[in-house]
Amino acid sequence: MTDYNFAYLDEQTKRMIRRAILKGLAVPGYQVPFASREMPMPYGWGTGGVQLSAAVMTPDDTFKVIDQGSDDTTNAVSIRRFFERTAGVAVTEETQEATVIQTRHRIPETPLEAGQILVYQVPIPEPLRFLEPSEVETRKMHSLEEYGLMHVKLYEDISQHGAIATAYAYPVMVRDRYVMDPSPIPKFDNPKLHSPAIQLFGAGREQRIYAVPPFTKVVSLDFEDYPFEASKAEGACALCGADNSYLDEVIMDDAGHRMFVCSDSDFCTTRRARGHVGTEGVPS
Amino acid sequence: MQAQMLEGGFAEAPRDAAIAFRAAMRAMAMPGAIETLTGAAGPAPLSPAASVLLLTLCDPDTPIHLAWAHDTQDVQEWITFHTGAPFVAADQAMFALGSWEALAPHQDYAIGTAEYPDRAATLIVEMPALAAQGACLSGPGIETEAQLTVPDIAFSQVNARLYPLGVDMFLTHGNRVAALPRSTQVR
Repeated sequence: MTDYNFAYLDEQTKRMIRRAILKGLAVPGYQVPFASREMPMPYGWGTGGVQLSAAVMTPDDTFKVIDQGSDDTTNAVSIRRFFERTAGVAVTEETQEATVIQTRHRIPETPLEAGQILVYQVPIPEPLRFLEPSEVETRKMHSLEEYGLMHVKLYEDISQHGAIATAYAYPVMVRDRYVMDPSPIPKFDNPKLHSPAIQLFGAGREQRIYAVPPFTKVVSLDFEDYPFEASKAEGACALCGADNSYLDEVIMDDAGHRMFVCSDSDFCTTRRARGHVGTEGVPS
Repeated sequence: MQAQMLEGGFAEAPRDAAIAFRAAMRAMAMPGAIETLTGAAGPAPLSPAASVLLLTLCDPDTPIHLAWAHDTQDVQEWITFHTGAPFVAADQAMFALGSWEALAPHQDYAIGTAEYPDRAATLIVEMPALAAQGACLSGPGIETEAQLTVPDIAFSQVNARLYPLGVDMFLTHGNRVAALPRSTQVR
């Protein structure tokens, strides 16, 4: 703990990130450039999220990390340990207890509350990037609010597949102005972007920070005749029986057997502790 | 004067700045919410809240404009010693500090560009009073409506119409702070 500055980063770096966060909150959905630092983990492992967490963290915080909903994957465990060591903060796996939650590609099932901060790890922050490779062009498109191309992409989905096939990183319109990539969360999570919590998005390699303040209007793009649908796998969790949570498919053997379980490990554990049992669960 | 310049900084910078930033961030994320900032106190007429904001957000990368009563040698020396921020004219400033009247003309501050709306000034406005009453606020960060004393309703309405351009404001009084980002509708 004494070998590092509080939360690893030096103070000038934190000030630079903090100024970017404030501008991001003032212009919801706009991607603020920032001077991303080398972190002691490779790009693609959540360096953007880690830098945001380091900049917002206080010694009194309780920190939670999830990777695709799970608290116990390698990425989540190592980031949680990183801040335990460099910031000395308390850590938890319970969504309700946490004050800062860093997430890779999920929003917790348990509704977030006012005062909580959700930090997203973002690989490609630019929603238009796969449609237009040039940063100069996409920046111009955002400045002119020129988002026709995104609607063409969703329309092509419909003409090819009969429905909007985009299942994750589903683009949203923030406060009627900026089209934003909510990071690769399943579109099941999109309605939760309207939240009492502060949501911060960090892309380390791409050097962008953006934010959604509490209760900001966030609308998933769609068409009148093809409205947005927050879809998930049919069925219920095999362990806890929940039919309203986002499910992961787990292959059980070579014969093709499979089961569906909650992607949010804390949500599932809490339900099982309360006595809910699924088809393949064991009463605890 | 020497001693005054050296005093009033954070006792433990990483910890104090982290706690102060959390309060400043909550204020900016929830316009109308009044937060408390403690841990630093610059020379008069700097309020404790404005002092804490300067130490939390400013460094040699952030040119500051000091307006009228705040443009004293004491304040300049204190800011220089604790942050190293350079002092500039209003149109060059990333941060501007002063009372609302002193900060005039208010259209001089950077409002960002269409492609980089983040390159806009942040005004730290020292208020004669700050309470959850007066103007009615709505927009991002506010569930329905919030009340707040704001320095100039007409200016904030013009500023909001420039969205996504415009200046963002911290309003300070004593050790309390609230924020008025450009995204907030004021009436």
